Amino acid sequence: MDGTLGEKTAPDKGVLPDAPEVAARMSCRNINVYYGEKQAIYDVSLQIADRSVTALIGPSGCGKSTFLRCLNRMNDTIEGCRVEGEILMEGENINSPSIDPVLLRSRVGMVFQKPNPFPKSIYENIAYGPRIHGLAQGREDLDEIVEKSLRRAGLWEEVKDRLNVAGTSLSGGQQQRLCIARAIAVRPEVILMDEPCSALDPIATARIEELIDDLRKRYCIVIVTHSMQQAARVSQRTAFFHLGSLVEMGETDQIFTSPRDRRTEDYITGRFG
Amino acid sequence: MSEHIVSAFTEELERLSADILRMGGIVEEMIVDSCRAVLHNDLELAAEVIERDPQVDRMEADVERQIVSLIARRQPMAHDLRSVFSALKVSGELERIGDLSKNIGKRALNLDTAVFPAMRSGVARMAGPVSRQLHQVLNAYASGNAAEAKAVWESDDEIDQHYNALFREMLTYMIEDPRSISDGAHMLFMAKNLERIGDHCTNIAEFVFFQITGENLMQQDRPKL
Amino acid sequence: MSDPVASPFASERALKRLRRRRAADRRFKWYGRLAIGFALAALALLLASIATQAVSSASYHVVAFDLNLDKKTFGTTRPDDPPPVDKVYGLVRSDLLERFPEADTDPALRHELMGLVTRLAVLPVAREIVRKPRDIGTVRRAALPLSDDLDLFLKGATARHLTVPVGRVEVDEDELPAVTLTGAGAFEHVIAVASLEAMPELGSPGAGSILMTAGASSLELTRLTTSEATGNLLTGSIDDFRAHPVRARLIPAPESERTISDRQIAWLLALKADGRVARVPHWSLLTHTDSTQPELAGALAAIVGSLLTLLITAALAIPVGILASIYLEEFAPQNRVTGLIEVNINNLAAVPSIVFGLLGAAVFLGAFGLPRSAPVVGGLVLALLILPVVIIASRTALKAVPQSIRDAALAIGASRMQTVFHHVLPLAAPGMLTGAILGMARALGETAPLLLIGMVAFVAEVPRGPTDEATALPVLIYSWATQAERAWEPMTGAVILILLAFLIAMNGVVVFLRRKFERRW
Repeated sequence: MDGTLGEKTAPDKGVLPDAPEVAARMSCRNINVYYGEKQAIYDVSLQIADRSVTALIGPSGCGKSTFLRCLNRMNDTIEGCRVEGEILMEGENINSPSIDPVLLRSRVGMVFQKPNPFPKSIYENIAYGPRIHGLAQGREDLDEIVEKSLRRAGLWEEVKDRLNVAGTSLSGGQQQRLCIARAIAVRPEVILMDEPCSALDPIATARIEELIDDLRKRYCIVIVTHSMQQAARVSQRTAFFHLGSLVEMGETDQIFTSPRDRRTEDYITGRFG
Repeated sequence: MSEHIVSAFTEELERLSADILRMGGIVEEMIVDSCRAVLHNDLELAAEVIERDPQVDRMEADVERQIVSLIARRQPMAHDLRSVFSALKVSGELERIGDLSKNIGKRALNLDTAVFPAMRSGVARMAGPVSRQLHQVLNAYASGNAAEAKAVWESDDEIDQHYNALFREMLTYMIEDPRSISDGAHMLFMAKNLERIGDHCTNIAEFVFFQITGENLMQQDRPKL
Repeated sequence: MSDPVASPFASERALKRLRRRRAADRRFKWYGRLAIGFALAALALLLASIATQAVSSASYHVVAFDLNLDKKTFGTTRPDDPPPVDKVYGLVRSDLLERFPEADTDPALRHELMGLVTRLAVLPVAREIVRKPRDIGTVRRAALPLSDDLDLFLKGATARHLTVPVGRVEVDEDELPAVTLTGAGAFEHVIAVASLEAMPELGSPGAGSILMTAGASSLELTRLTTSEATGNLLTGSIDDFRAHPVRARLIPAPESERTISDRQIAWLLALKADGRVARVPHWSLLTHTDSTQPELAGALAAIVGSLLTLLITAALAIPVGILASIYLEEFAPQNRVTGLIEVNINNLAAVPSIVFGLLGAAVFLGAFGLPRSAPVVGGLVLALLILPVVIIASRTALKAVPQSIRDAALAIGASRMQTVFHHVLPLAAPGMLTGAILGMARALGETAPLLLIGMVAFVAEVPRGPTDEATALPVLIYSWATQAERAWEPMTGAVILILLAFLIAMNGVVVFLRRKFERRW
C-alpha cells in the first residue's frame, strides 16, 4: 500500500459522499466506541489525508474528542472504554492486539486542550520522549533534537537562552507550543490536537494556527476544535460530528460555504437546536 | 430555515433582505415609470424618476454598510455567508438598474415632442417583460425559490429578441424619415438600456440561485431558444 | 437619583434588607473567629498547664560530696566488675555522718539522715569508677541528686514553709538540747504569721513545726511566746545563734502528715548553709533511664524505645503503604474488588487503636512467638495501625496530580510505569511524605496498643536493638502519671513536653518538605 486510496479501502459512497483522491495516512472503518453500556461513536468511517489538516467539528458531546483519542488509543487509559472497528495505518490495524499502544503513541502524537508541560525544565520536556524511545545517541544528538523540535514549533528564538527554566513558567501560548515541540520530538507521523487553542488568547491562538499551517507540510494533523472559524482557517478538510455519528465530511471550503447536510448547515450557521 | 441562536443575527439578515426587496421595488417602479414617461411624453414623471436614483444609491450604500458590519461581527457561514454575499452583489446590480432607468428618464426629457409618437410604443413594449423579469427574480429572492430564479435566468433570450425587433423597427423609422433620427438614436439607447437591465436581472438570478442552492448557475448551459 | 422611591437601591425596605445581609455576614465572620479563638484558647490552656507543671522539673537540687576514692577500698576494681555502689554509698554515708554526728547515735536517725540521698544516686559515679579506674586514689567531687521529697521541699512544692526573719536575740543555754531564745517582742511577727496560717498551738495535736535557724544550725520549737522561744537543737551548735541572725521557718503541715521530718529539713538547711546544695538543670531527665526514684529517673530508654519502634514502623508502613496506594490509584482496575478494598481501608483507618493492640498480642506474641515488650512487635502493630492512614494520604496525593500530566506522558509514548515513576510520583511525593510523617506522628503518640503488647514494662536499661525490652514515650507518660509520689507529676509534664517536641519536629519536617518540593502545575 502506498498510502493513496486504493479500491479496497475506498469507503461506501453513502458514508463519505465526496471522498476525494487524497493520500490517506489513516483510514478508519466502522468505528464504534462504547463507554460501558453507553455508545459514544456510531459506525464512523473516514479517511485522514496525509500532509494536511483535518478538522473535527461538532457540538459538545458529539464524540469528536472520543474519536480523536481512538487514533492513538488514548481511550485505552479510560476505564470501561471499548473501541470496535478498524483503523488502518500503513496497512496495519492499530486496534489489533499485536500493536503496542506505547509505540503507536510515539507515531501518533497528541496535544491537549490545556497546555500540560511537565513541571520540569524546557529542555527536559522535549528530551523526555526521545530519551525513553532511545532516539538520541548521546548528549549532542539530544541537544540537536531539542533544538530542532523547538525550532519547528517556532519556540526556539523565545526560549533558547533559558532551556533550564521550568516549562510551566512560560506563557499559555508558549506552553502549548512547547507541548507541540514535545510531540514533534519523538518524530510522529500524525499529530492529534484536542482543542489546542481553547485556553489561549487570540494572539497565541494565531501563533498556534500559523504553526499548524507550517507543520502541515510535514505531518498529518487532526484537530478537534470548537471554533468553526478556526476549523475554517486551519484545515483543508472538515468532518462534522453529531450525536456520535459522522454527518458530513468534505473540503473545508465546501463545508463552510455550502454544506450538504441540513444539520451541518444549522450547526455552522449557529442555528442548532 | 430555523432561527439563529443569536436572534439579532436573524433580525439583521432579515433586515438586509427586506432592504434589498425595498430597493428592488423602487428600481422596478423606476423602469416602468421611465418607460411610461417616454410613452406619454410625461416630462414631470421623467424628472421624478431621475430624482429617485440618488435614493437608490443611498440605499445601496446603506446595504453595503450593513453587510460589512455583519461580516465583521457575525462571521456568517454557509447559507448565511451566501445570502450576505448575494445581497452585496444584488444591491450592486439593482443600483446599476437604477442608473440605467435614470438614463432612460433623462433621454425622455430630450425627445422631440412633436414627431413620431408611434416610435415610443416600442420601448414601452420592451419595458413590460424587463420589469416582469426583475419582479420575478425579486420574488425568487424573497421566497427562496431556486426554480423561479433559474427560470428568469433562462428567459433572458426573450429580452434579447425584443431588443433585436425594436432595433430593426427603429432602423426602419430612421431610414423612412431622417427627422426621426434624433429620437430614433435615443430610442436605440433606451432599448439598449433595457436590454442591459435584462442582463442585470439574469446576474441577480445567478446570485439568488447561488444563495439558495450553493451552486453556480454559470457552470450550467443556458438553453438557447 | 432624582426619584428615590423609583430606584430599587434606595427604598427603605431595600436598605433594610441590605443592612440585614451585611449584619449576617459580619455575624458569621465573628462566629468563625470565636471558634478559632476557642480552639486556640483550649490549646494554649493545655500547653500552659503542662508547661507550668513541667517547669519545676527543668532543674533539680544536688548535693556536693567530696568522695575520697582511696586505693585501699577501691584498689582491686577491674573494668568488668559490677559498679561498687555500696562502697561509694559508704563514702557518702560517712561523709554525712561526719557532718551530722548527732545522727550517729541512733540507727533510726542514721536511716533518716541517709534519706537525704538515695543509694542508687551514686550509681553513675560508681559506674564511672569502673570505667575510669585511674580516678582511684584521688578525691572526686560528685554532685548527687537530693531525694525527691527534699527537692520538692526546696522548690516549695511539698511541706510548704514560710520564712520569717527574727533578727538577733539572746540565747539562753538551758539544758542541752533545750535552748531558749529571748528578745522583747522578737517573735510577735512569727506568731502573727502562724495565726494567719491557722497553725494550732505548738504541742497540740495536728500542729505544724516551727524551726529557728541561724547559720547551719536549727532549733525545733516546743514553746513560743512573743518574747521567748524554747526548743530543741536539731543540728549544729548554739554558737551559731549568737553569731548569725535568726530566721523562723514555719511549716504548717504537721510532721506526721509529711514525707520529710523536721530533722531532715534541719540537715538540708545546714547543707544549704554550707553551700553544698545547688540547683542545676535536670539533664538526667534525658540521659537517665527509668527508676523507682523520681530524682534518678529519666526518659532515655523510652526515647530510644520510641525511636526503635518508629524505625520499624517506618520501614514497614511507608513502603507498603506507598506501593499499595500507587497500585490502587494508578494500576488497579475499577471494579467491585477494588471498591471493596477501598471501603475496607477507609474502615480500618477508623478502627480503635486498642483493637490493633489485641491483634498484635494475639498474632505476633501468641502465634509468631515474638518477644514481649520489644520494639519490633510495637513497630509491627503500629505499622498496621497507620498503614490505612498512609495509604489514604498517599492516594489523596496521587489523586491531586492532574490527569493532564499522565495524559502528556502517555501521549508521547511513555508506558504506564514510566508515567507513574517519572512524572506522577515526583509530583505526589511531598504529599505522600506528608501523609507518611503524619502517620508516624500518630504512631509516636499511640499508647493503647503498646500497653497490650507489654511495652509498659519497667525498663532500666537502654534497649540496644529492636528485640530488647523497651518502652515508649507515651507509655512512660502513662506509667509515670499513675505513680503516687508527688515528684512524678512535674516529671510527667516534662516527658509530655519531650513528646510534643518530637511531634512538632516531625510536623516541622512535613512543612519543610512541602515548601521545598511542592511544585505547581
